[in-house]
Amino acid sequence: MTLEAIVVDGVSKSFRIATEPTHSLKERLVRIGRASYEVFHALHDIDLTIDQGQTVGILGHNGSGKSTLLKCIAGILTPTRGRVLVRGRLASLLELGAGFHPDLTGRENVYINAAFYGMGRRDIDRVFDDIVDFAELAQFIDEPVKHYSSGMYVRLGFAVAVNLDPDVLLVDEVLAVGDEVFQVKCLSRIKEFQSEGRTIVFVTHAAETVRQVCDRAIVLDHGHLVEDAAPGPAIRIFREHLHGQLEPGRAPSRGQDAIGDVRVHHPHEHERRHLLPGESLTIEVDLRVEQPVARPVLDLEIGDRTGQPIFHVDSDALGQPLGRLDGARTIRIEIGGVWLLDGEFPVSLQLSDRTTGEVIDWRERVTTFEVADDGRADGTVALDVKIVE
Amino acid sequence: MVQLARPSTQDAPELRLMAARRSVVEHVREISRFRELVGMLVRKELTVRYQHSTLGFVWSMIQPLFLLIVYSVVFAILRAGFADFAIWVLCGLLVWTLVSTSLTTATQSITSNASLVGKVKFPRAVLPLSSVGAALVHFCLQAVAFAVILAVTRHDVAWSYMWLVPVALLTCAIVCAAMALLLAPLNVYARDTTHLLELLVLGWFWATPILYQYERAASWFGRQGFGEWILLVNPVTPIVITVQRAIYGTDTVDDLRLLPASGPAWYLGVLLATAAAWGVVLALSLRAFDRADIHLAETL
Repeated sequence: MTLEAIVVDGVSKSFRIATEPTHSLKERLVRIGRASYEVFHALHDIDLTIDQGQTVGILGHNGSGKSTLLKCIAGILTPTRGRVLVRGRLASLLELGAGFHPDLTGRENVYINAAFYGMGRRDIDRVFDDIVDFAELAQFIDEPVKHYSSGMYVRLGFAVAVNLDPDVLLVDEVLAVGDEVFQVKCLSRIKEFQSEGRTIVFVTHAAETVRQVCDRAIVLDHGHLVEDAAPGPAIRIFREHLHGQLEPGRAPSRGQDAIGDVRVHHPHEHERRHLLPGESLTIEVDLRVEQPVARPVLDLEIGDRTGQPIFHVDSDALGQPLGRLDGARTIRIEIGGVWLLDGEFPVSLQLSDRTTGEVIDWRERVTTFEVADDGRADGTVALDVKIVE
Repeated sequence: MVQLARPSTQDAPELRLMAARRSVVEHVREISRFRELVGMLVRKELTVRYQHSTLGFVWSMIQPLFLLIVYSVVFAILRAGFADFAIWVLCGLLVWTLVSTSLTTATQSITSNASLVGKVKFPRAVLPLSSVGAALVHFCLQAVAFAVILAVTRHDVAWSYMWLVPVALLTCAIVCAAMALLLAPLNVYARDTTHLLELLVLGWFWATPILYQYERAASWFGRQGFGEWILLVNPVTPIVITVQRAIYGTDTVDDLRLLPASGPAWYLGVLLATAAAWGVVLALSLRAFDRADIHLAETL
């Protein structure tokens, strides 16, 4: 039986934003009775139930209230209205190594940090070696952390948090930091957590992480919960809210126009516009970036007539990383056999930066291709079906 | 409203309300779950304080010794004071250092840990409380140094009053904890609490019989038509006079008319009354802290 791990029940949160910040007594006394603040509504009546064992991504642009929601779940912020219920031990990874004291050694900081999460000395003794192993800091653990590199710092912070044996883990953007090897390690640790049936809530604006890791995603926009669905559809909604309404064919892009012209070719394009099921297709994409991108990732998504995605892959998943991108470049993507039935299929592309998780540009339905089937089967996918007896 | 229709199974933990208002009892229980954290923070505060000095903890012992020399020399030259005046002053001064460092460090305990308060959920009261704890440990170290001084100078202490010293210390801890829990969140809302506290500490020092004798002040107040008890309203006074009574000595005290010539029972009574009154203040402070706690993370 599945139990709820987290229940967010009608939660609203508003902040008083001082129009002129007062931090001194004098200013406070002078302004008594005169309200010099505005009320900012960060969350509006959020209802959300997360079951044990789910991994949920919270997507939203800056200021959408996603971090506020996470802090309310963590119990760091108190909701203005509504309540939050959590089952079991909770660990929040809102900032790696929060509260590390530079003058204390790694060992001392591990103990204090874990104690802030409510662990006793004996509990920490038991997992201490695991923490050090995971952080790969065995030889530096008795050095003051001020001598650590930022990567070592982050590794130690993450190692403490994942060894707290939490039932519910809250993670805020932290996977974007640290080197690549460590990111992979973190992700695999998180997948391990998933397989152990722990509940994980992720806050991020890196849609790709959500697609890779989560089995559910919610989208916040200006403090409202606008979507609660599988990652694919949720990411689509997130982009619509991020970029305004979609224009078919050419959606507005974010920041730079990195994805330029996109052309579709197939071997018989001079005879007919459409291709037949099983024929090959080539997509040519002109890319141009203003600043070099060390680890670019190109995502390809093909949708069906209704706009539902039927296929998605990215260059990393293909095992064909693009390599450093600097200036202009044309990428050719070949689809060996398009085993689809009748219809016009929209193609969406996204260029992102693996190191920062940032979406550089994305084009929803940037082009389409047409498949015409001369058989009588219908549906979306062309399968080779015979009756053999 | 979300309906919680599904019953929970036997072995699964219960759903727990996050960020709930606590009663004083619940608050104390929560803090005691984090007592190991308090212990670690006390150690941390002391480690950090002495880390970069070669003598380390020895410094906290040198301080009373140095003060002893200064007061002996100055008051000998001025021909003020009375027999063993330096010992008398040290009794009060050590207690006073405990009070003033507790309050000064506790006031800044939350603001200086801002990043932690905004990122991790824990009972924030452990921050000011561990400042008080660190000051207590520091006091004990100084007390050891003081004991050595007493032994070396062959000073006679009043053994029949000595058992009151732990009671006085406990009272002191209650008073400091109550004030610390009020000052720390106050400093989040108005940063000049720190400056206000400096003035308060200065005035409070002179309102406490450390450099003068209790009996003289009490009789002056008596002549002005106040009750002599008015001095005892200052919660540090009963603590200080108890320590002075126990340490300063048996015979000399009554002859010199420095302290109330009462038996240990009187001192105990005054201490218990102070502890009880400030116990109530402590409970109210916890309650006030809890209310302030709700907005701490967003105000920082």
